[in-house]
This record gives sequence, C-alpha cells and structure tokens, in this order.
Amino acid sequence: MTGNISQAILERDLDSLPQLKGSVLEGRGLRSRIYTGITWLLAILAAFPLFSVLYMLIAKGGARINWETLTELPPSAFEVGGGIGPAIVGTGVMVGIGAAISIPIGILAAIYLAEIDPHAKLAQIARFLAKVLTGFPSILAGVFVYASLVVAMKSYSAWAGGIALAVLMLPTVILTAEEALKQVPQKMKDAAYGMGCTRAQVISKVTLPTGMPGVITGVLLAVAGAAGESAPLLFTALFSTYYINGWEGLSEPTSSLSILIYNFSGMPYDNQIELAWTASLVLVLIILLFNILARVLGRQKF
Amino acid sequence: MASNPFAHVVTKVSGPPSAVDYGADKLLRGVVWGAAAVILLLVAYIVFELGRQAFPAMLEFGPEFIYSTTWDVQAKQFGILPEIWGTLYSSLLALLLGGILGVAIAIFLTQDFLDHRVSNVFRTIVEMLAAIPSVVYGLWGIYVLIPLIRPGANWLHDTLGWFPFFGTSLSGPGMAPAALVLAVMILPTVAAISVDAFKRVPYKVKEAAYGMGTTRWEAILKVMLPSASSGILAALVLGFGRALGETMALAMLIGNSNQISLSLFAPANTLASLLASSFPEAGPIEVQALMYAAIALLAITLLVNIFGLWIMKAATRKFEGK
Repeated sequence: MTGNISQAILERDLDSLPQLKGSVLEGRGLRSRIYTGITWLLAILAAFPLFSVLYMLIAKGGARINWETLTELPPSAFEVGGGIGPAIVGTGVMVGIGAAISIPIGILAAIYLAEIDPHAKLAQIARFLAKVLTGFPSILAGVFVYASLVVAMKSYSAWAGGIALAVLMLPTVILTAEEALKQVPQKMKDAAYGMGCTRAQVISKVTLPTGMPGVITGVLLAVAGAAGESAPLLFTALFSTYYINGWEGLSEPTSSLSILIYNFSGMPYDNQIELAWTASLVLVLIILLFNILARVLGRQKF
Repeated sequence: MASNPFAHVVTKVSGPPSAVDYGADKLLRGVVWGAAAVILLLVAYIVFELGRQAFPAMLEFGPEFIYSTTWDVQAKQFGILPEIWGTLYSSLLALLLGGILGVAIAIFLTQDFLDHRVSNVFRTIVEMLAAIPSVVYGLWGIYVLIPLIRPGANWLHDTLGWFPFFGTSLSGPGMAPAALVLAVMILPTVAAISVDAFKRVPYKVKEAAYGMGTTRWEAILKVMLPSASSGILAALVLGFGRALGETMALAMLIGNSNQISLSLFAPANTLASLLASSFPEAGPIEVQALMYAAIALLAITLLVNIFGLWIMKAATRKFEGK
C-alpha cells in the first residue's frame, strides 16, 4: 500500500505538489525579514549613545589634555587655565581605601561561600544579601556613611569617601570571587585532599592560586565601578580644590574626578566646562583601562 | 641491601597534619566565617543607622510625609509625593525604552543573527555602555542630548500640546532627557540578564520549532521568548530597580522641581536626586526629613530588587531543575 502512494507521488508532476519552500515576499517570510531589519535598527540605535559620548570626550576633552591640566589645581570662577590634578589623586586615594577594605573581606567571604560551607544558612543569607546590595542605590551608601561616620568625625573626609566606596565594591568582589573559586575543578581539590592536605592548605595552595585570575577580574571590575561613582562621595568626601596633604589630609574634604565633573558641569564658565569634559575623558580612560585589564587577566582557563 | 636513594630528600613519607596545620585550618575557617558575617552585619547596620536617623522625622511628619507635596524648609513642611512620582515615572519610561532595546539586543546576540566576531563587537559596546560613569552621562545629557531633542520636543508641544504627555515645552532639563539617559544606563543590565535567560533555553527547543517549519522570527517570538520569559521578566525588574536608585545623571538632567506632571518635557525630581541636591546644604531638620526620604528610597528599591531576584531564581530553576 505505502509503496503505491510513494510511487504515485514520484510520478506526479513536481510543480503540482504543495510548495514547501516559502517565497521571499510571502507574508511569514516577509514579516521575519522586517523584524530582522527592526532589530538591526534597534541595535544600532543602542550603540549610538556610546559613540556620541566617546566622540564628545575625545573632541571636547582631548583638547585640554596636557601636563598642566593633569597636575594643576582647579581654577576659580573667572580664572583661566587650571587643571584637575587634586581630583585625579583624590579619586585614586579613595578608590585605594575602598579597595583595601573591600578586597580582603570580599575574598575571604567568597572563600566561605564557595569552599567552606556553600549550603549553610549563613552562606545562603550572605549570598542573597550580596545580590541585593548590588542593586543598592549608590547614594544610600553615601547617606549611610554620612550618618554613621561624617557626623561622628564632624568632618567630610577621604576616609568617609573610601568607606562609602568599599560598601559598594564589597558585593561585586564577593560574588565574582565566589564564581571564580567555584570554577576550580573539583578533581584538583580532591587530589590535594588525597595527599592529606587540610582545608586551609587546599584553599591556600590549590583553590586560591588556580582561581586567582577570575578573582582579580572581579576586583578590577569593582575598582573600575568605584572610580566612576559620584553619588556616594557627594556628602562623604565633599570636594576640595587642593591636593591631599599627607596622612592628616585624609581626614579633610577631598576632591574626586566625578564630583569635579558634577560641580563644573553646571557652571556658566567655558573654562570649567572644558575641564569637566577633560576630567570625564580621564575618568573614562581609567575605567576602560581597568576593564581591559580585567578582560585580559580573566580569560577562562577551564 | 641497597639503601634508599631518596633518603636525603624525603625524611618522612607521610604523617598526620601537625598542630600548626590544624591551628591554621581552624583560624582560616573562623576568619572566613567572620568575613561572610560582615555582609550580614553591614546590611543590618545600614538599615539600623538609616532608621535611627530617620526616626525623629518619622515621628514628627508621620505618614503624611509620603503623600504631601510641599518641600519647604522655612515652613518645616516636608512631603515627597512629587519625588516618589518622579522616581517611578522616570524609571517606568526608562524601563519601557531600555527594556525594548535591551531585550532586542539580547535576541540579536543570542539568536544566531551575527557571526562570532560581529556579535563580540556588539557585546563590547553594551559592556562599555555599562562602564561609562553616571556623571559623564549627565554631562553628555546636558550638552548633547538636551540640545538634540529640544527642537523635536518643542515641535511636539506646539502641534500636540493638548496631549498630556506633551503639555509643556522643554526649556532645558526635564523628564524626557532624564528618562532617555536612564534608558541607556539600564540597557546593559537588561541586555546582560536577558542574554543569560535566552542561553538557558536548550537549543533543542529551537530546533524543534524549526522542525515544525517556523520562520526564524516565529521561533523567536512563539517559542524562545515565552520559554525565556521569566528570566526576561527578572531582567526588567532588576533594570527597573537600577533605574529607581540612579542618582547623578538624573540630578543633572531632571531639573529638580517638586511638581507632579504627566508632561515628558516638564522638569521633575526623584528621591535620589532630591538627596543629592539637598543633602550637602541641609540644616539639621532638613537632614532628618532627607533621612526619611532615604528610607523610602531604600524600601522601594529593596522590594523591587528582592522581587527581581526571586523571579530570577524561579527562572533558573525552570531549566536546571534545582
């Protein structure tokens, strides 16, 4: 029976068979093509702001990039010239303080989450809170540090700014370091345990060194993010037109690139606005540098 | 009998961990436990400290603070309804735009439209969008975006001014530029989480759809999108949460004006930019009121983020069966 049917199909004129291949202009095919076109348009539209921002940074900010701008003090209202030196140093110092606090705590917490007791109640709660904190509005970190530290110290300071940044860096460091440590193959750890290593030895001699590239990636991304933050510095570090003056200077108001951009963007003087663009260029270059480093160092090995 | 040739190297073949090894192990466990506990303490302390600072204002202004509309330091009248409205309105507009763009980009990157190299270029573009700081977007908004959209906005107001969305003209800062910049800022979040959501759908599902004779877009819209829908919903909710807390770009672009308006071109205010613009010069009583506003912002963002994480967890479970 079936043989007869297939014979009949074979003998029939092929053109009279139902056409399975759709034509380009047929409704369904056409619709598919239109959607594809729209998606291309949307993707290009989404890329537009990036290129516009980069163009403006290079065109407007690039004009003032020179040694004088990078080192001199910011100008006052009608002054010409001036630079962004203290802001670059201030950003570096405060990000450094933030990193010095958040990186050790973050990596140690990640070890607990990934290695020691991944399913413990504490680990589950800590992981959840870290995820919640990644969506924590950065301005609230500023409000929190203002309430707990600036009021007590009676002064805006680089310490307060750095601690506010640490609050924001901590969850990124914890979550990325945990991911990186989890990538270390179980076999390598089992081999170390098989040799008679204690937990601490396995972690310090196998897990951490092997997972280090991933951990460093997370740290660099956290640093890049913190360098661009401005809301948490607004009323913790405030602003200053001078360089940080030694250790004691850390307890005084400190300038940063992001706050300089914010303050200068609203001023009616061309000189200040030009400097805001230059500061933006410097800031974006710093952030991109850390992002590129993170990518280069963080190539997956497994 | 030949003596052991390694005797001078290996003095002890094996042995139990020494007391030092045990001590180091105990110490490390204790230290990492402490580090994990730090994050709990930190969150508890943040909530406690903000609550403690806001408490006097909560007692004094009560629930009226949430639904009254004046912010007058001289008269000691504080209300944040315009800011709550501005926060939600700007975030919803940004979500509408950034959500569509973000999901479109996720489809673009995951559904085999591009060869490997081109898709890497777009992936890098999205990552760079996320890397640009908020203040730089604010600066760009002031000097590029506002002049760019102003003629169009004012034309819309002149011709369609009866329509509430176009009820005012755009004189400078306002809701539209703020929401546009906000959309660009949440796009990377939405795109990244949506990409993960699409990647979780097994390739077999799509092959089955193609096997039924669907076109590429029928497969995407009728099979892939519904399958990834819970993950995409999580992406949208988390993107919304990000928009709610975004500060600097909005403080620079939204105009900081305490009013409730549907118009896209009217200046407005958000909770975060109220904090940013008023905090540095606030007196003691205003600081208390601002702390109350901070608590409101904290509550809104925590709710939205926890909801988003919960959906994401459910979405992951769907395919991984954990």
